[in-house]
Amino acid sequence: MRSPIRFERRLEQPKWLNWAIPVVSLIAALVLGAIVLLATGKNPLDVYGRIFERGFAGTRALSGSIKTATPLAFTGLCAAIAFRMGLINIGGEGQFYMGAVGATWAGLAFGGDLPTGAVVIVMALSGMVCGGLYAAIVGVLRAKFNTNEIITSLMMNYLAAIFLNYLIYNSTSYWRDPESRNFPAGKPISDRADWNFYEIGGIKIPLAFLIAILAAAAIWVLYKRTRFGFEVGVIADSPKAARYAGIRTTSTIVIVLALSGALAGLGGAADVGNFRGLLDSKGLQMSGYGYTGIVVAALARLNPISTLVVAVLIGGLTNAGFALQGPDFPSGLVGTLQGLILFTAVAGEVLVKYRIRRNRRIAAVAA
Amino acid sequence: MKSAVRMTGIVKRFPGVVANDGVDVDIRAGEVHALLGENGAGKSTLSNILTGLYRPDDGTVEIDGHPMQFSSPRDALEAGIGMVHQHFRLVSTFTVAENVVLGEPDSPFMMDAARVAQQVKELSDRYGLAVDPSARIWQLSVGEQQRVEIIKVLYRGAKVLILDEPTAVLTPIEADALFKTLRAMVAEGRTVIFISHKLDEVIKVSDRVTVLRGGKTVGTVETASTNTRELASLMVGRSVEFNRIVRSNPADVAHTVLTLDGVSARDDRGREALHDISLMVGRGEIVGVAGVAGNGQRELAEVISGMRPLSTGRIDVAGESVQSGRARSAIAKGIAHIPEDRLHTGLASSHSVEDNLALKNYRSSSLSKFRVLRRKAIRAQAADLVRSYDVKTPDTVTPVRLLSGGNVQKVLLAREFSSLPKVLIAASPTRGLDVGAIETVRARLVEAAERGVGILLISEDLDEIMSLADRIVVMYEGRLVDEVAAEAADRERLGLTMGGSTVSGGAR
Repeated sequence: MRSPIRFERRLEQPKWLNWAIPVVSLIAALVLGAIVLLATGKNPLDVYGRIFERGFAGTRALSGSIKTATPLAFTGLCAAIAFRMGLINIGGEGQFYMGAVGATWAGLAFGGDLPTGAVVIVMALSGMVCGGLYAAIVGVLRAKFNTNEIITSLMMNYLAAIFLNYLIYNSTSYWRDPESRNFPAGKPISDRADWNFYEIGGIKIPLAFLIAILAAAAIWVLYKRTRFGFEVGVIADSPKAARYAGIRTTSTIVIVLALSGALAGLGGAADVGNFRGLLDSKGLQMSGYGYTGIVVAALARLNPISTLVVAVLIGGLTNAGFALQGPDFPSGLVGTLQGLILFTAVAGEVLVKYRIRRNRRIAAVAA
Repeated sequence: MKSAVRMTGIVKRFPGVVANDGVDVDIRAGEVHALLGENGAGKSTLSNILTGLYRPDDGTVEIDGHPMQFSSPRDALEAGIGMVHQHFRLVSTFTVAENVVLGEPDSPFMMDAARVAQQVKELSDRYGLAVDPSARIWQLSVGEQQRVEIIKVLYRGAKVLILDEPTAVLTPIEADALFKTLRAMVAEGRTVIFISHKLDEVIKVSDRVTVLRGGKTVGTVETASTNTRELASLMVGRSVEFNRIVRSNPADVAHTVLTLDGVSARDDRGREALHDISLMVGRGEIVGVAGVAGNGQRELAEVISGMRPLSTGRIDVAGESVQSGRARSAIAKGIAHIPEDRLHTGLASSHSVEDNLALKNYRSSSLSKFRVLRRKAIRAQAADLVRSYDVKTPDTVTPVRLLSGGNVQKVLLAREFSSLPKVLIAASPTRGLDVGAIETVRARLVEAAERGVGILLISEDLDEIMSLADRIVVMYEGRLVDEVAAEAADRERLGLTMGGSTVSGGAR
């Protein structure tokens, strides 16, 4: 028995596939989702209408979506910048935590003395440095010892989680609120360390999201216009050609991973400064921003600008999911719908690279 | 005598290359039949067609007198044809027995370990393939791993075994043991196809030899009635037409531009690939490095171009030392390099023509300012080079992998020559190109030499080396084993030294 179809690598990837495949994927997801909804006795049009309404229709829905999207924008950029060079940094999660740790420290240490603008800058820098250094460890291991960065970056997520637990639950650290004896919690940073929100066209946009836009633009320029971006591109295309051209692959690997980690760390800083106001060990670990960021980057085809758009889409879907949940709409069904969208998007990705061919059986002419 | 395998008029084309161009082979049942030829002669393509990996564009394959068309290796295996690949396909954490049954078409869900072990043992006893069925692959030597590959093929019931360069990885003692095994197999009526470019081995083990050159069959001879000398001349080709390109501007050997002094280096697996190589190239001199691929030529090119560190020795360009393993230093000192693997080493193949033309000088102040690329300048440089090197491309942003083989090479030449190098390392610069492109490339090389560039021409194509080089050195197993002036070069002698025979004791 052989399979009736086979996948064949495309020699060329026509440009129109870049937009056609995501659109077709989304339609496929909606159709598949409709089947599931019909089977559970729901009206698909009604459900899809509510998702749109809660996620994207109106300033309130959009404000919420952008808020949810902000951490994902950073972890998405973190994944995109590394994946573009073929470095599979799964460690955005841990780098995000470390950024939050660094930024909380800065917020606690300087929140009382410095003016708000300065505190924001110190927090952001501190988060970037912590996330960046944490990822640079992975980079050095990869560059010097050719260690698989997927494994090391993933393992370091668990290390970072344990470190968070230690800071909040298992010690009387600087980050823990000494008042919280019965139920340990993080120490809140001062109000002066809070990051601002801006209202643009009725939509509330956190400062962090504006920073994410700047970061995405900066990455775009870095990769498209600079020598460094050129070198990264050549390494991603062919490491041998890079060595041949005298490009320093080892240091480039470390720098790219450090930048990637710095972006996740900046996200962690934003999480503390713009939203939580303290180091929330449990909340961070339950959110899984780092992992969702990988999905965001993949759906955005590693383009930094698209990453922001996809982050908002996923943010909206997440919020709509929360809104849909209720006695008549189990959370499992919400998860199924979200899963279907991701699943078809990833399946569509395959079709960009491969095409499906019917298998013809060619047997012995005479036996 | 009955044919086990008969392949007639086999043609296989790849984009830009004709790998098999009407090959005829007739392999009798119960013989060891050697396929002899240089790399690129079409041996591997032919065996891949026979094992169902490739489909021929033309020609017929007959097994035991029946015409067959294989669409997968499994079809070929069902017809009794098994391949022992040069690069083993074993799972290193599995046992020998597990590897043997792995991928068997109708293997049961649970493996009957005792039964398989018993069968493996029977096969290994019968053919002298000593190996422990319960050992894990990573514990075995390379020779033992090869035995596992052979057992695997026998276990599947192959009547015709193809061995692709089987001795490349073996010590001489292991090779002798392998030859005994092969004799034992043909004694039992199996047929062995032995692919090699080593003359002595072919003489030692085979009954008949088919020689391939340039994708065509040169002829089939009885081993008993030939010798290494004759095979060498068949393999590299008689001097049909031998026109040395006449140069107006002779080499200036008094001025050395490239000096290698006692250079040794290791290959990717950490084995010594270059042993104590000393070599000089003068201004405008073309030195040909002849040899069968895999004897250290790639490492030699990489060491000089700074892609591979030296373990000992030093390299100087015009009296200045090149930093070991620093491509940037080599480029700065004026070493240009046309690598063997153009599309993946010489070029970033998914990148555009203009990016590839800037691959080595994007750091220069004319192409980037404050670390930002000057796209306009890069594009202008590309337009210029595309015009002067006559690269056929729709525009300068087309990825180079979409260009034809000849134009790919032109992009490379354009970049390397435009850097005004002192030294050029050219590795198989015309391999796989069509006649027109070959002429262009050779003319460019001679032009460069006339401008005073010292060229190290590494090639398996003796015609090319003999028509271009001023001086020829022969590489064998990482050493320079012979050196002759081009006018005094003798094809037969070169063929013999390339095959590892010493010059004095030529015949068998």
